[in-house]
Amino acid sequence: MRPVAYARATDTAAAIAFVGGDPHAEFIAGGTNVIDLMKDDVARPSTLVDITRLPLRGITPTAASVRIGALARMSEVADHPAMQTNFPAVVQALNDSASPQLRNMATIGGNVMQRTRCAYFRDVSQPCNKRAPGAGCAAIGGVNRLHSVIGTSPHCICTHASDLAVALVMADAVIHTRGANGERSIPLADFYLLPGATPQRETVLERGELIEAIEIPVSTPARRSVYLKVRDRRQYEFALVSVAAGLDVQDGTIRAARVALGGVAPKPWRAHDVEAQLLGRPANAQTFAAAAAAVSAGMHGFGENDFKVPLAGRAVARALAMTEAVA
Amino acid sequence: MFGKFSRWRFLVRAAIPTVAATLGSRNLFSTADAATVSRLQPSGPHPVPVTLNVNGTSHTLMLEPRVTLLDALRERLNLFGTKKGCDQGTCGACTVLVDGTRIDSCLSLAIMNEGTSITTVEGLANGDTLHPVQQAFLDHDGFQCGYCTPGQICSAVGLLNEKRPTDEISVRTWMSGNICRCGAYPNIVAAVRSAAGATS
Repeated sequence: MRPVAYARATDTAAAIAFVGGDPHAEFIAGGTNVIDLMKDDVARPSTLVDITRLPLRGITPTAASVRIGALARMSEVADHPAMQTNFPAVVQALNDSASPQLRNMATIGGNVMQRTRCAYFRDVSQPCNKRAPGAGCAAIGGVNRLHSVIGTSPHCICTHASDLAVALVMADAVIHTRGANGERSIPLADFYLLPGATPQRETVLERGELIEAIEIPVSTPARRSVYLKVRDRRQYEFALVSVAAGLDVQDGTIRAARVALGGVAPKPWRAHDVEAQLLGRPANAQTFAAAAAAVSAGMHGFGENDFKVPLAGRAVARALAMTEAVA
Repeated sequence: MFGKFSRWRFLVRAAIPTVAATLGSRNLFSTADAATVSRLQPSGPHPVPVTLNVNGTSHTLMLEPRVTLLDALRERLNLFGTKKGCDQGTCGACTVLVDGTRIDSCLSLAIMNEGTSITTVEGLANGDTLHPVQQAFLDHDGFQCGYCTPGQICSAVGLLNEKRPTDEISVRTWMSGNICRCGAYPNIVAAVRSAAGATS
């Protein structure tokens, strides 16, 4: 690992001012992603600004929402009763992520900011437009079994690695940030950028802008939601395809539907087409299968990951069926 | 070695009053600057004093900020029980307890653990009396080569602190951050369940 300077922030404004004014400074909290990338020489910060002592903790439930401080650990969020009651898909996504040790370290602010697990991004001997813009993409035509089937560009076909973010997009979560220009609130669905010609830009955050909290509105589909993660082994593995699904069913008819997918796109993928197919229809296997078929529109593989296209449809149908077991 | 550290200590001590004097004089002349300019003063990348509380003893070390907790424990405090397996958070051999919570020490900077209480496998026993989890690993032969064992034991202590369910599938799930290349999992699971007081 390269040498790095360190500053322990005790004041949010000072931390934002420092990182905003130094293009080589980075925030660090749980550290599980930043330190890993520094060891691989992918991240090369000159200064790490430790934000763990800032007052950005705490999980605050109200009747309308649950607000989670950015520094809340993944395990704290998953274990919180208000989360378990209101957002079972979010809790399942957290418990299906990483390992117990890493969930005790990683924060939710850092989780939604984590970098892709694309092996070429993490290998500095390989071309990668995200790491070195203009270098090319080794995954196109390379080993791409884990890569995206929608939302890609000729410059990048990586997937977004966060399970949590998939469940949060399903639940219409909002990110609250603070930066040099003050505070703003961004729906998580609008927070991520597709790679296009600038895969190095992953979110709408400006330099120095800090996530202070994530807020999830309480809703019936979010309360009746599931997270299904399809992966190569049962624990401690990234998703091949994952689905967060929530339904509001009244008298057997679907009144509201939310579906988002992971493992298929460079950002958490909200499936509005599937949702439209579900509304007003009877909640049964036939409806779920018909709606799930809509998810593959626009999807195409790159060789090794062609299997993800049919898998995405089957996973959506299964996740929708699983919601019936959630009271 | 000692000469070099003394020199660092001297340099650090000499630098602190200089920084304070500079800030002081700036504040005297312009309070507006103090309000708009970042007050953060980074230290490093050279070695800086880092105080770690490990197994109940406080140690002040001169460490570069990039030094992980794992490397500080092994290479500076000679606590070799905590193992370096993958060094990237996938094997769990480096698991230690920070304020009673299990973490991977390879993905945590030592300097970020100031003010916490760190427990390694060396700190679990009470004198010659083993921690119940250590005793259970002996009773159930919960290891073969032993390399992953300190991490397994610390992780199991963390699991019990977290009050996770202790049926077999839950133990396997909640111990999934610790890999055993010998494949001693059946005995590891039995040891953890025994230490938890599970009866079936």
